[in-house]
Amino acid sequence: MLIRVTDQVLNTQEAIAAVESPAAGAVNVFLGVVRDNSLGRRVGFLEYEAYPSMAEKVMREIAEEAKTRFGLIDCAVLHRTGKLAIGETSLLITVSCGHRAESFEGGHWLVNEIKKRVPVWKKEVWEDGEEWIEGPESLGMQPPAGMRA
Amino acid sequence: MGYNAQVTITILLFASVAAAAGIRRLEMPIEPGDTVGSVRDRLVACRPELAPFVPNLMYALDEEYVKDADPVRGGATLALIPPVSGGC
Repeated sequence: MLIRVTDQVLNTQEAIAAVESPAAGAVNVFLGVVRDNSLGRRVGFLEYEAYPSMAEKVMREIAEEAKTRFGLIDCAVLHRTGKLAIGETSLLITVSCGHRAESFEGGHWLVNEIKKRVPVWKKEVWEDGEEWIEGPESLGMQPPAGMRA
Repeated sequence: MGYNAQVTITILLFASVAAAAGIRRLEMPIEPGDTVGSVRDRLVACRPELAPFVPNLMYALDEEYVKDADPVRGGATLALIPPVSGGC
């Protein structure tokens, strides 16, 4: 199982090769990429910060759980940190399993759990400012007073 | 072995919390009976700029998520975890 937090460019072919198996009928690949807009603002770039050792530990726990839940043969989870330009890949997940349905379901579940539990944080940098995006309050809900730098 | 030797815990700060505190790592003395919550409260008492973050923080002790009431031991690493936003 390939699990990695890195400041280097993520390599899709490596993540596919890591999960290949003669028993696989499907390999599903998910790329989370940097979008040029967020809630109507133009994003210049993103900066990801991680608690790397714990992030890898939690990613591994989630991947093990996904294998059991969905009967996956293998999966790979890679998260990039540091400054990422528009279009670059921040999250790379590959899943191999016997049949396609489980590959989609398992991959979708993995993305959701990673977003919920892995200690990684995203900072959006716009033309006129920047902000750490932390949890659902950043999606238009009111943050606690003083929360915003 | 001196019983007066100070027992400490390492505290890690990330993202918005690190930005507000202007520090990413610090050591704090701990006392018998200390919990995650009691250490956090003493930290906030000497760094009040962290207070607004407390309602949204989670905690990890030696890389495991823990609760306020969980005990802390000397030499451990306590991470203050703001709401995570990894992925995409």
